Amino acid sequence: MASLVLPLLMMGVATGCAEEYPQSSISPHTDFAEIIHSLYVSIFWWSMLILAVVWVLLAWVIVKYRRKSEDEKPRQIRGHLGLEIGWTIGPALIVIAIAIPTIQAVFATQQPVADDAMTVEVTGHQFWWEFHYPEQGVTTANELWLPVDQPVNLRLESNDVIHSFWVPKLGGKRDLNPVPAVREGQDPKYNWLYFTPRETGVFMGQCAEFCGQSHALMAMRVVVETEEGFQDWIDRWFASEGADFPGDPEPEEPELQMPGMDPDDEPDETQVAAEDEDPLVALGRETFLNSTCIACHGVEGTAAQGVIAPNLTLFGARKTLGAGIMENNQENLVRWIIDPQGIKAAVAMPGTEYPGGNWPATGLSDEEVEAVAAYLLSLK
Amino acid sequence: MAQAAAAVDDHGHTTTGISNFKVGFWTFIASECLFFGTLISTYMVYKGRAVVGPYPAEIFDVLITTISTTVLLFSSLAMVLALYSVQLGRKKHAILWLLAVIAMGGIFLGMEFNSYMKYIDYGLTLGSSTFGSSYYVLTGTHKVHVVLGMVWMGVLIWLIARNRIPPAKAEQVEIAGLYWHFVDIIWIVIFTLVYLIQ
Amino acid sequence: MSSVGTAAPEQQDTSHGEETGLWSWITTVDHKRIAIMYFVTATFFFFVAGVKALAIRVQLMFPEQTLITPEVYNQFFTMHGTTMIFLVAMPMAVAFFNYVVPLQIGARDVAFPRLNALSYWVFLFGGLYLNSSFLFGAAPHASWVGYATLTMPEFSPGQNTNFWLIGLSILGIASIAGGVNFITTIINMRAPGMKLMRMPLFTWMTFVTSFLLITAIPVIGVALIYLGFDRLFGTVFFQPGGGGDPVLWQHLFWIFGHPEVYILILPAFGVISDVIPTFSKKPLFGYPIVVYAGLLIGFIGWGVWSHHMFTVGLGPIADSFFVAATMIIAIPTGVKIFNWIATMWGGSLKFTTAMLFSVGLVAVFTVGGLSGIMHASAPVNLQQHDSYFVVAHFHYVIVGGAMMGLWAGLYYWFPKVRGRFLDETLGKWHFWTTMIGFNLTFFPMHFAGLFGMPRRIYTYSAELNVDIYNQLSTVGAFIFGASAVIMVWNLVKSWRSGEKAPANPWGAPHLEWSIPSPPHHYNFPAIPEVRSREPLWNDGEREEILAKTMHEPDSEPVMPNPSYWPILLAASITLIWALVMTGIWWVIALAILPVIYCVFKWGMEPAFPEGH
Ligand code: HEA
Ligand code: HEA
Ligand code: HEC
Ligand code: CUA
Ligand SMILES: [Cu+2]
Repeated sequence: MASLVLPLLMMGVATGCAEEYPQSSISPHTDFAEIIHSLYVSIFWWSMLILAVVWVLLAWVIVKYRRKSEDEKPRQIRGHLGLEIGWTIGPALIVIAIAIPTIQAVFATQQPVADDAMTVEVTGHQFWWEFHYPEQGVTTANELWLPVDQPVNLRLESNDVIHSFWVPKLGGKRDLNPVPAVREGQDPKYNWLYFTPRETGVFMGQCAEFCGQSHALMAMRVVVETEEGFQDWIDRWFASEGADFPGDPEPEEPELQMPGMDPDDEPDETQVAAEDEDPLVALGRETFLNSTCIACHGVEGTAAQGVIAPNLTLFGARKTLGAGIMENNQENLVRWIIDPQGIKAAVAMPGTEYPGGNWPATGLSDEEVEAVAAYLLSLK
Repeated sequence: MAQAAAAVDDHGHTTTGISNFKVGFWTFIASECLFFGTLISTYMVYKGRAVVGPYPAEIFDVLITTISTTVLLFSSLAMVLALYSVQLGRKKHAILWLLAVIAMGGIFLGMEFNSYMKYIDYGLTLGSSTFGSSYYVLTGTHKVHVVLGMVWMGVLIWLIARNRIPPAKAEQVEIAGLYWHFVDIIWIVIFTLVYLIQ
Repeated sequence: MSSVGTAAPEQQDTSHGEETGLWSWITTVDHKRIAIMYFVTATFFFFVAGVKALAIRVQLMFPEQTLITPEVYNQFFTMHGTTMIFLVAMPMAVAFFNYVVPLQIGARDVAFPRLNALSYWVFLFGGLYLNSSFLFGAAPHASWVGYATLTMPEFSPGQNTNFWLIGLSILGIASIAGGVNFITTIINMRAPGMKLMRMPLFTWMTFVTSFLLITAIPVIGVALIYLGFDRLFGTVFFQPGGGGDPVLWQHLFWIFGHPEVYILILPAFGVISDVIPTFSKKPLFGYPIVVYAGLLIGFIGWGVWSHHMFTVGLGPIADSFFVAATMIIAIPTGVKIFNWIATMWGGSLKFTTAMLFSVGLVAVFTVGGLSGIMHASAPVNLQQHDSYFVVAHFHYVIVGGAMMGLWAGLYYWFPKVRGRFLDETLGKWHFWTTMIGFNLTFFPMHFAGLFGMPRRIYTYSAELNVDIYNQLSTVGAFIFGASAVIMVWNLVKSWRSGEKAPANPWGAPHLEWSIPSPPHHYNFPAIPEVRSREPLWNDGEREEILAKTMHEPDSEPVMPNPSYWPILLAASITLIWALVMTGIWWVIALAILPVIYCVFKWGMEPAFPEGH
């Protein structure tokens, strides 16, 4: 049987060798993922045992009882009670051996949350992720930053269709459901995912529930940092733009002026360029803050306060662009701003020449696009 | 459809002695049970979860519904009597009782539509809340069944009038009765779960 | 047991004065012809859906390819899954129900021949309707499970999802009618002496499957009604903004969906439970246990649906319940596996193609069953759900289980249908290309899944490092495609000029082998009486039966009239459903008229020739 090599292959998989697979589900890096993995390994070996028994028996009868002559008259055996009981009880015992640790793990992975857990509110959108840290007051997108060894509790919900949060090395997935409206005074029901990262590093994740045209392109990165690294990131988030400008006032209400917005509008007073600033970046900032971008996007410390698209604060520090689908660099970013839908179908963002997400084309020139990209990448 | 039931086998002989048509119809009713079961479960799942009013307690008039339910119940009695008359070959009685079934079905529908109108006035529509959606689709489906039953009775009357249902073929009426009783019983369940236990 | 197969009666190869020609097929109510139509149609749809699978495989062969747009990809996998399940696997099983069950129980036809024809035509029109969506560029695109809220009008504007939900409702009518028909047939049309516990296993599994059909289909029927109302009439069943819960759709879908997967597998189990004893020259080991196991699978299958929803967040208590319920199914399934092996144990095994497919099923279905057990462990499922690991699981159980079982049945019963054998050499080619192609296609998917490849993605990042697995799959899919071509080639060739087959070519024990191949249109000249589970294997009983079944009757039994009302009624039912798409109530209301007319004419038409 050609398929006899298969279990050997599977054994290889069970015993590790998963490091070159950045999204491997059998390479645990949290307590949560470890529970799952050890359960998986034990069920895997039970399965191999059963498979071996079935295949060996099958091979045996195939070889041994092949018909030798048409006149053979095998004994007509109709059954055997003892055997029937045997192969009912045997599997039943194995089922129990699998089910008990499974149910223990079910409860272990959905246990009450530790008091010191950090909450992050995750909202799924077609086709990107929003991460809000209520305790820190920080909002970011597509790249989730977490401190190592700190229990984290993700509150999951969706803004449109069902998505599913899956970062295999950090543990199993859970769906982001649209939360049904409830009557006043009742609590809406959210999904939660709870784990403690054990190692620093960058982990790949991807939306695991089919959510429309660009479901394939709804990825993300999780950056697990040291305690200090994480705190530094938070600090930088608040400092991002205004940091160079002590005494920066509260950002003004965004001017939700529509297309055809006057480009001569005076830029925000506080956005005076620092002395040594690249003129391209300065131009980019000005262009960005005066175009439709800010109707949807927000950048902390500026007039850009849009909330319906990824928050772009510290965007330059992100490793990837477009919800984890490509490297975040000038070239890709320019391509993105010019033609987001060409890169990612059905994205709700206008390009330079066509509308998107209820907004008309941004109409930026190539030069302006270069500048905006440079500006966004400067946000670190 | 009735003729389709005649067994292909020699002279209507069947394994159980019960005609194919009847066995088949019972099977179909089993299927219908799951159908209504799902509709009713949905209603129960959404019970108390409507975001905006009106809420059931605000609009249901149990008295009116009790009356319409009683009417429907009595139509089942008429159905029994119609079958009985057909079996005895009392053509006129049979037709009268079947007419009574249709009439009571009609009264039931009329009262129910009257309530619908009231509910709509209160602001309960198909799309107003999960209560509206699950209530109208559940009871509406039941109403469609009542209408179909009434049409079926009409056809039976026509057949009886033309002497096409002699006592020997009373089973045709019996099966229509089976259907009608089923529709009735479903209503009792709906009445209990939707109106009485709020 | 002295003369298994040797008492094969004189062979016959006449068409027994039956009418031929297109019109006779359109108006036929003969279960055997309907069966053939089912089989041909399902095979046709197998290619329709298979081509889409090949397109999917080509697109996924390399990372970041752009041969197919995401929208088209979504339409392809949605229609691949929908077509394979509803237009291939289910109707192909129904083809066998139709052909075999009346013959196995000693009946001249099914209980409701015209209803049977109606089922077929509704299925055909529903299938064509569903696929016609491609002509309008509006093929369904929200996966075969159609989760809300992706199917809500905001996220799926246009007719795509309407095609899907209406198409499935039409097909549901065919399935329920079929279920009612087979339940009635099996309850009521058995030959004298054919007690329930003497029925061949295939008939038994048809019986269980039919119950699953009539109980599971209404549930999805209601779900589809809700979906249609949400889309067309503004209800809020699945609209979170109005308080509706999209998860309700998932519950309803899977309450139907899980019994549905047993609807797919049980007929295959039935087939091989007949095939294996025949080619082992031994009665089925533990017959009653195998029957009860089948009943139990069907029954427990109702309480496990949420194992498709472990990631939905139902809470630990619900999860634990569904873990336990799901895993319990392994036990009766294992009992079947071991009983098949025990049947072969000590037997005299002859590896015809039918037997090869049966043994192949036992070997590979087990792989799929065991990956099912891994999914059933809720925490493990959190890693595997919606990854290619699941895709591997279900193709192993469906293709390696359901389809292989049906192909075993094809080679087994073809001689009965045609009076000619399917070519065994081509058959072995078919089997081995299937085995190799199938395993090469779907085994690597386990790895792709474990290494983090989600399903339903039109492309994947090179970073995932899963290219090699996808390439193996693609190569395998083409080998598998070739096997399908071999099968069809064999069918065509053997239909025309296969080696002639006698009445009981395999020396099999059941009633269908007691009549000529092909059978008379009235099946049995006289209804035989049965005294055991393997009537043709018992000296004495066999001769008595053959005396009744192999002789021309004095006068031909009366058979039902052909009728064109089934096809007309089916057409009008399809029409009315299709018009629901318009959402205009009076158009829909008007379309009821032809339905009423057809039902009326149908009712008035005599089912039997005058005087009977
Ligand atoms: C023919 C169809 C078929 C069959 C028979 C099965 C059989 C089983 N399936 Fe499968 N399944 C599908 C078709 C089928 N499935 C499909 C189509 C999907 C995906 C739907 C979608 O999302 O698109 C799916 C998905 C699916 C899931 C959800 C995965 C996910 O999306 O996360 C789960 C989870 O529990 C599951 C479990 C099982 C189990 C436990 C069995 C059991 O019945 C298997 C039992 C058999 C054995 C276990 C092997 C033989 C037994 C022995 C040799 C005895 C000893 C064994 C033990 C002691 C373990 N299946
Ligand atoms: C009966 C059920 C059934 C069957 C038989 C198959 C058969 C096949 N399926 Fe499957 N499949 C499903 C049911 C089935 N499938 C379901 C339910 C889904 C889920 C859908 C969803 O997510 O909504 C799915 C999803 C699915 C996917 C995942 C798509 C995704 O998630 O993005 C893939 C990917 O490879 C796939 C591949 C295949 C292949 C290669 C075959 C092969 O076996 C096909 C073999 C047949 C042919 C190839 C056709 C015959 C030959 C020709 C057309 C001539 C060509 C000529 C030559 C090659 C010489 N299928
Ligand atoms: C209609 C609202 C809208 C407008 C206007 C808009 N965007 Fe976007 N933008 C989005 C959405 C939605 C996304 C997320 C797309 C995705 O990944 O699916 C996005 C993503 C991005 C990203 C990638 C974010 C990340 O984390 O990967 C960048 C950069 C970006 N937009 C820049 C701009 C610029 C520059 C402009 C103006 C020229 C602009 N956007 C105008 C809606 C908008
Ligand atoms: Cu979001 Cu898939
Ligand atoms: Cu299932």
